[in-house]
Amino acid sequence: MSSTGAGSPPPAPRPRLARDPGAGPSARRRPFAAPRAHRSNALHPGAWWLWALGLGTAASRTTNPLLLALLIGVAGYVVAARRTSAPWARSYGAFVKLGLAVIGIRLLFAVFLGSPIPGTHLLVTLPEVPLPEWAQGVRIGGRVTVEGLVFALYDGLKLAALLICVGAANALASPARLLKSLPGALYEAGVAVVVAMTFAPNLIADVRRLRAARRLRGRPDKGLRGLAQVGLPVLEGALERSVALAAAMDARGYGRTAEVPAAVRRVTAVLTLGGLVGVCAGTYGLLTADGARYGLPVLLAGVAAALGGLWLGGRRSVRTRYRPDAWGVRAWLVAASGAAVAAVMIRAGSYDPSALTPGVVPLAAPTLPLWPAAGVLLGLIPAFVAPAPPLAATPSKEAS
Amino acid sequence: MIRFEDVSVTYDGAATPTVRNIGLDVPEGELVLLVGPSGVGKSTLLGAVSGLVPHFTGGTLSGRVTVAGRDTRTHKPRELADVVGTVGQDPLSHFVTDTVEDELAYGMESLGLAPDVMRRRVEETLDLLGLADLRERPIATLSGGQQQRVAIGSVLTPHPRVLVLDEPTSALDPAAAEEVLAVLQRLVHDLGTTVLMAEHRLERVVQYADQVALLAGPGAPLLLGAPAEIMAVSPVFPPVVDLGRLAGWSPLPLTVRDARRGSGELRQRLAGHEPREPHEQSQAAVSPASRRSRLRSGRQPEVPAVAEVAGLAVRRGRVEALRHVDLSVGPGEIVALMGRNGAGKSTLLSTLVGLVRPSSGTALVGGAVPHRTGPRELIRRVGLVPQEPRDLLYADTVAAECAAADHDAGADPGTCRELVSRLLPGIADDTHPRDLSEGQRLTLALAIVLTARPPLLLLDEPTRGLDYAAKARLVTVLRGLAADGHAVVLATHDVELAAELSHRVAVLADGEIVANGPTPEVVVASPAFSPQVAKVLAPGKWLTVAQVREALESAGPAEDGA
Repeated sequence: MSSTGAGSPPPAPRPRLARDPGAGPSARRRPFAAPRAHRSNALHPGAWWLWALGLGTAASRTTNPLLLALLIGVAGYVVAARRTSAPWARSYGAFVKLGLAVIGIRLLFAVFLGSPIPGTHLLVTLPEVPLPEWAQGVRIGGRVTVEGLVFALYDGLKLAALLICVGAANALASPARLLKSLPGALYEAGVAVVVAMTFAPNLIADVRRLRAARRLRGRPDKGLRGLAQVGLPVLEGALERSVALAAAMDARGYGRTAEVPAAVRRVTAVLTLGGLVGVCAGTYGLLTADGARYGLPVLLAGVAAALGGLWLGGRRSVRTRYRPDAWGVRAWLVAASGAAVAAVMIRAGSYDPSALTPGVVPLAAPTLPLWPAAGVLLGLIPAFVAPAPPLAATPSKEAS
Repeated sequence: MIRFEDVSVTYDGAATPTVRNIGLDVPEGELVLLVGPSGVGKSTLLGAVSGLVPHFTGGTLSGRVTVAGRDTRTHKPRELADVVGTVGQDPLSHFVTDTVEDELAYGMESLGLAPDVMRRRVEETLDLLGLADLRERPIATLSGGQQQRVAIGSVLTPHPRVLVLDEPTSALDPAAAEEVLAVLQRLVHDLGTTVLMAEHRLERVVQYADQVALLAGPGAPLLLGAPAEIMAVSPVFPPVVDLGRLAGWSPLPLTVRDARRGSGELRQRLAGHEPREPHEQSQAAVSPASRRSRLRSGRQPEVPAVAEVAGLAVRRGRVEALRHVDLSVGPGEIVALMGRNGAGKSTLLSTLVGLVRPSSGTALVGGAVPHRTGPRELIRRVGLVPQEPRDLLYADTVAAECAAADHDAGADPGTCRELVSRLLPGIADDTHPRDLSEGQRLTLALAIVLTARPPLLLLDEPTRGLDYAAKARLVTVLRGLAADGHAVVLATHDVELAAELSHRVAVLADGEIVANGPTPEVVVASPAFSPQVAKVLAPGKWLTVAQVREALESAGPAEDGA
């Protein structure tokens, strides 16, 4: 961690960014400060995903609300410090809201459907709905205990933390660039996914426009019926747009293939199919009781064959890559910080499990275990080593 | 470079060929402009060059199309991608990736060019098209002109020898259109690219063309020749050509400059004549004197305004789309809103129909606050024809659409159908709205909006995709409505339309009204918004060929008598 920006309190980076136009005295004073992000030094999107998965793994290993809150805070701080103004970066807020909703739903379930946790601190007793015999084990209403609620809260918080980690990766890494890193043979599938992703926002824009048009016709533009009636025109528009896009892509050379000798084509097919069969057989072997001996080797051989098939298949595609994202030192650091958080938490889980899962029965106030907490803070490294987003203000429609 | 040999295209299910026996030979390095009224098969011809017709659209193509020696019969569009670059009418449906730089590289990636070549060409293209500042911007956040330039850039990077463009400037404001045309000019001059382009707005493009190819009507033979020759016989022509024909100049002028140089005699003939203000040509209902006094004073205290906007501001997130906008529109008045893409014209119209909530200030339409008025109530006060008229059309047939409109507006059954018959004679009941041409669809949407008899009618970019004939019909229809007392506000980039139709022009820039006054004063004062006739005959306040024609006609007999 660079000693320069690291000591500053959370709100500090913003004014620093604002003052720092890239060069000048401040740059001289901070020789280790992360550079301004541009196309060439942009962090590999895979690094962001590894970091987020590391944080997510850590979150899945604990129900300690303090640790979970710390994880959420770490993810949030990194997002705030390194998020760009690109459209996909706005998805973070949606993930946070989704996380809150998950907690809310989990609590509601605990209140109305009861909780398997035995508890002594009775909060309230709801009238219980009598259920027939075959529905044994299901309860509606009944006792609501503090222990049950606290357990549900911890559980919900864990899920929310996982969601927020995924949201952070979404906000920080461009999904299109991630798909660009796919191997050549999967390229066309990747393009299909990218197109589908750009399609969704267009679809939402269409729905808005058509609902507005309903208002212009003097029909109510709110409510479910209004939405249902624009369904067909929206689908029509979407279909037309996709046909136009397909034509444009065809005219721009999408799907051009190179001449590949028949032998290579056959080997590719054999490797890919054989690899898939190997993977299936290997997985089956691993899962059955007496197959563990041959399961792993077959699985590995299958994976190798499939990868070989992919590699050979890539030779059919003539396409090249424009400025692929490089996996540099900063990407290693970001990915390693996520891995470190996960490793510390897993180690702590085997070393001192009680600190990671605070007691619910009997109720006890959670404490913040020092070493796991320090480990979680390692997740902040990207906020200092990843290239800082450019200063560009909110993107607005500029006049041309 | 591009050669059509006896080409006919028949689409599946069509009884007659869309284009018939076309022969065309476009030499290398020329800019050829394809002109003609709507529906004569211009887009089909353009599609045939890139091979999308018939490989993608279906149908039968007889004859032979070769591009750079490659026969489109044996080469699929993707195999022509390195010699032909195609940009369709809607740049948004052309984009595959999400940022400018990736989009420029996409075509080259598909062709498998080496990374260092791609890098160099992207940088060159960014400079060529002035996109360097936008290189990392998501495409969705760009303005229309910028998107059009990105679309052109994205097909330029593989260095195609032929560029095919379908209405590249239709959706653009005058300044952005000039930007795009300047780029094309540079491509033709510096890189020797062959360009084949179709465009309705001839006043913008005809002077750049080396040759013009004319399709005078459906199934008509293709005429190819020097621009001035073709313009002399073409059914579609820009105002400057109209003026030249009127004055009997030969050769016909294609640019304002040519016309100005030859206009001395015409200006002498016009000296001593005052142009009649455009609205007076069809304003029998309101006496010209009262109208003029009203316009001169800029307000009309005696007549209550149909729309009253005061101190209006609209924010979208942190962007102030409109600031301190004051505008008042009286009955029978036609106001044109002009300004570059993204200046706030559409936002202002949306506010007037209650689609956008003002963040401060007031907008009153017939005394009601639009965004607090229910849709059923509102359509009796104000109607908007959106940029894409198709958004208003839901039904399968014109008759069903009309019945629905009557129902929505609570009008007597048959009201809408009667309006359609009046505005758009000869449309069968069972026609699918999709099968109508752009102009017919616009008129149908207009009829639907008018069914509720709103005193205020708003149109957003009504002439996009219309040919001159459809535009002339629209002008007649709107003039008639204004004479009946409807107030009309139209947002448009089309300076010729504004000059011909509007009484008043309001120019918006960055969300503020920077000019607001009678059309002759506003448009003559600003070169960007002045029509060709005004540029030719400046400093006289002549705006349209019709005005000049009238003045000459009234002058003609007088001179004879003298």
